[in-house]
Amino acid sequence: MMRRSNVCLMFLIVATAAGCKHGAATSPVLKATAVGTAIVASSGGQQIGETGTALKDPLVVQVNDDHGTAVPGALVEFRGPAGVHFDPPAVLTDSSGQATTTVMLGTIAGRYQISAVTPGKSKSAVIQVVETALGYQQAVGYILAEKYCDRCHDPESSAERVSNYDNLEVKPHPFTEGNILNKMSDADLVAIIQHGGPALSRSALMPPYGNTLSAANLRALIAFIRAVADPPYQPAGTVYAQK
Amino acid sequence: MLFGDPVRAFGVVSLMLLAALAIAPAKDHFSEWHGYQQRYLSLIRDRGDAVSLRRRFQPGIRQVWLPELGVVDRCATCHQGLQEASLADVHQQPFREHPAIPHKLDEFGCVICHRGQGAATTVAEAHHSERAGEEPILPARYIESGCGQCHQNALTGTPHLSQGRILLARYGCVSCHTIKLADGSAMTASDHPPSLEHVADKTTREWIYSWLKDPQAYAVTATMPNYKLSDADASDISAFLISSSTPRAGDTAAVEVASTAPADPSAGASLYGESFCASCHAVQNAAGNVVGGDVGPELTRIGNKAKPEWLSAWLANPRSYDPATLMPHYRFTPQQIVTLAGFLKNKSDADYGAGVHLAPATPQQIAHGKKLTAEMGCAACHEINGVQRPENFAPDLSRIGSKPLAQIVFLPGMEHALPNYIAAKIQQPRAFGPGLKMPQFTLTTAQTDDLTNALLALTDRSYTVPDTLRVAAVRDTNYQPAGHAGKLMSDLACFSCHRIDGRGSDMAPDLTWEGSSVQRPWLDAFLKNPNTLRPSLIRRMPRFNLSDGDRKDLTDYILAVYQSPAIDPDTAPTATSPPALVEHGRQLFYSRYACQSCHIADAKTDKGYVGPTLTAVGSRLTPAWIYAWLKDPQALRPGTIEPNQNISDEDDRALTAFLMTLKDSGGQEAKR
Repeated sequence: MMRRSNVCLMFLIVATAAGCKHGAATSPVLKATAVGTAIVASSGGQQIGETGTALKDPLVVQVNDDHGTAVPGALVEFRGPAGVHFDPPAVLTDSSGQATTTVMLGTIAGRYQISAVTPGKSKSAVIQVVETALGYQQAVGYILAEKYCDRCHDPESSAERVSNYDNLEVKPHPFTEGNILNKMSDADLVAIIQHGGPALSRSALMPPYGNTLSAANLRALIAFIRAVADPPYQPAGTVYAQK
Repeated sequence: MLFGDPVRAFGVVSLMLLAALAIAPAKDHFSEWHGYQQRYLSLIRDRGDAVSLRRRFQPGIRQVWLPELGVVDRCATCHQGLQEASLADVHQQPFREHPAIPHKLDEFGCVICHRGQGAATTVAEAHHSERAGEEPILPARYIESGCGQCHQNALTGTPHLSQGRILLARYGCVSCHTIKLADGSAMTASDHPPSLEHVADKTTREWIYSWLKDPQAYAVTATMPNYKLSDADASDISAFLISSSTPRAGDTAAVEVASTAPADPSAGASLYGESFCASCHAVQNAAGNVVGGDVGPELTRIGNKAKPEWLSAWLANPRSYDPATLMPHYRFTPQQIVTLAGFLKNKSDADYGAGVHLAPATPQQIAHGKKLTAEMGCAACHEINGVQRPENFAPDLSRIGSKPLAQIVFLPGMEHALPNYIAAKIQQPRAFGPGLKMPQFTLTTAQTDDLTNALLALTDRSYTVPDTLRVAAVRDTNYQPAGHAGKLMSDLACFSCHRIDGRGSDMAPDLTWEGSSVQRPWLDAFLKNPNTLRPSLIRRMPRFNLSDGDRKDLTDYILAVYQSPAIDPDTAPTATSPPALVEHGRQLFYSRYACQSCHIADAKTDKGYVGPTLTAVGSRLTPAWIYAWLKDPQALRPGTIEPNQNISDEDDRALTAFLMTLKDSGGQEAKR
């Protein structure tokens, strides 16, 4: 059913620096007590969330001066494409020079480029981060990937999970590896998950999940893999022959 | 005269009739939806599949009518592209394809999940109406609430709804508010707030005062809300709680230690680590990160709170202070108790509560404190001597998801929509009026949204949907093992980590079929000194200093009772096999099934970090279990991530034969 919903991922939403009504709306209330010249992302970038929901971790940026020292009291405005909301949309940096906001993603699945802007002495300093919004099917795939795939396919360890990536003789492809995975068709990806690596003459270290994951789960996984690919996945045009 | 001439009159009446007849088509023609349908037609005109799109296009009002669900939805009148997969690249509303979901749109309609007015045929009426009984479209972040009307179980695809339900139980919402579900059951709290009947044994009045003033200042992860108490009220309540507390023998006894040698300063930290306290308890580190589990309370400043004697008594046997505690009775030696208590005592913050000096309590203060305790509903969560648990303390939320907007007093400037009201009530309850009792919780935006999702699912419709659509929640059973072993399992709080027969937590492996799974010598040695099975695991089974008799009783019980009917040890492969079969199994293990990607069979060559280490699996598992497990892991432990590889009987026998040769070489378990 609707297996090509992932096509909507090609919708790469590009932020227009001036085109957003959020941020400008409440900023007159805030009076900056200092100005910085640079802005850097501290945390909260590259997150994955569901469409229309608040991202789990807040977006934190830091305003610095010419010497790289944090500047407290500087105004930071957050901007994003239509549909993205920030709470608050503009904020003054705290004593450690950091500005924090909660990002609410838009309702269309895809990548959202978010900008944090601080007015400098002569020109504004901008930092951009990308957040990914997942539709229902992709979000299910995300959960399945965390459970079944990420232990090997994600080279990064987390507090709850030690990555097995480095232990494998043949390295699995992280799902963000768009330059490799984008070239594989949905059918090939399904085959490799269902029947294991040998199905496509690849490593047997990838076991078969065909008896463990349902067809719907497989579709969800593929949708997720397509959603996080970097560079973004571009499907090969509309194919009318599919069901 | 107009009607003087019958011919003219006939003409005029005919024209009027014609004009009247034209009203309906004209209204349709100039209607909003007709405009959208025209735009849709021009959108599809130049597409490659225009012909098939055109064929499926239905002019006029399109309606989904589902009498059983009370659904009359005309949304597809404008949203023509909802089910057109080929329009996936169209992002312009109202023509976007509906994202993939597990249900057919024709079987459920739209408003069940999205709300709004399904029968309306104008954009404003359908999406934004907020007249009595009507409601605006639900913002996307609350969409999972729709699923929760039928699905009481936790679905993979509804993490926010599930999390919201967990938070309702975990933050004690359902201790004050009643939430009855459609199946007649009521939601119950999972937070296990401590009894305050003997609180004076445990802590001081000053600590209670500081805690009441701001629970999160003591522990950032504290779930107790802030009641925004005045200094005087906090002082009076702390006075009452101390005065109402009854002493419990044992909480004040000093621990006798034979050796008076000064303890190794790192011994406390080592014991804390070895006992895996961090599996349940968190501590905030210097960087401000909270590290550890959330089963028990955060221990960052436990030294500020717990009296030394009480702490020792608690460590000696937590169950004597709180019979229902989730904490195991560790059976620490007196020396260990002194070491661990000393270590915990040092987890304190000299600044915390430093400025709190309370004058001795007067009877008036105590009486006022008691009155406040009753009024604020403290006893809804905590056991307090002399204060009854209040019934129906806060409004019933069983149907909060259908609360009519007309009954709601919104805050000034707030959008008139139910989710906004619920979210605001959760986030800033006291903003709705000065006399309101609901306290201030410390929740992130995401947590508030999750809670709102769970509450929005509590609709009138959730009671009226046909039973065939309803999916019941999976609730814990009240399984209780019998006899001495059962008592031991309660005492050791096995269910705080393990799940058996549908009861317990999922932190550690499900033990329902443990008796079929493991061999007696291994189980006995493991209970004596648990070793790590999974190299990558941070949480591990702690050591409980069990007596030989207790250990034997537990081993006997587990081996005799936790047997799977699907596993017959008599028909399974034997423990010893011909070398050729073993060698074949080894080859299958390393080549065909590449088990080494997740498991370590030979510590020298294998590195797999996902599953348990198998270097001594032949001493640990029974051949019958290994054989059955390889056949279908999910059948034995639902949800396990090892895939079912559809292994043939022949391969399975060879693999089992190989794995059974992987014995514990040094017999180290036995020596320890």
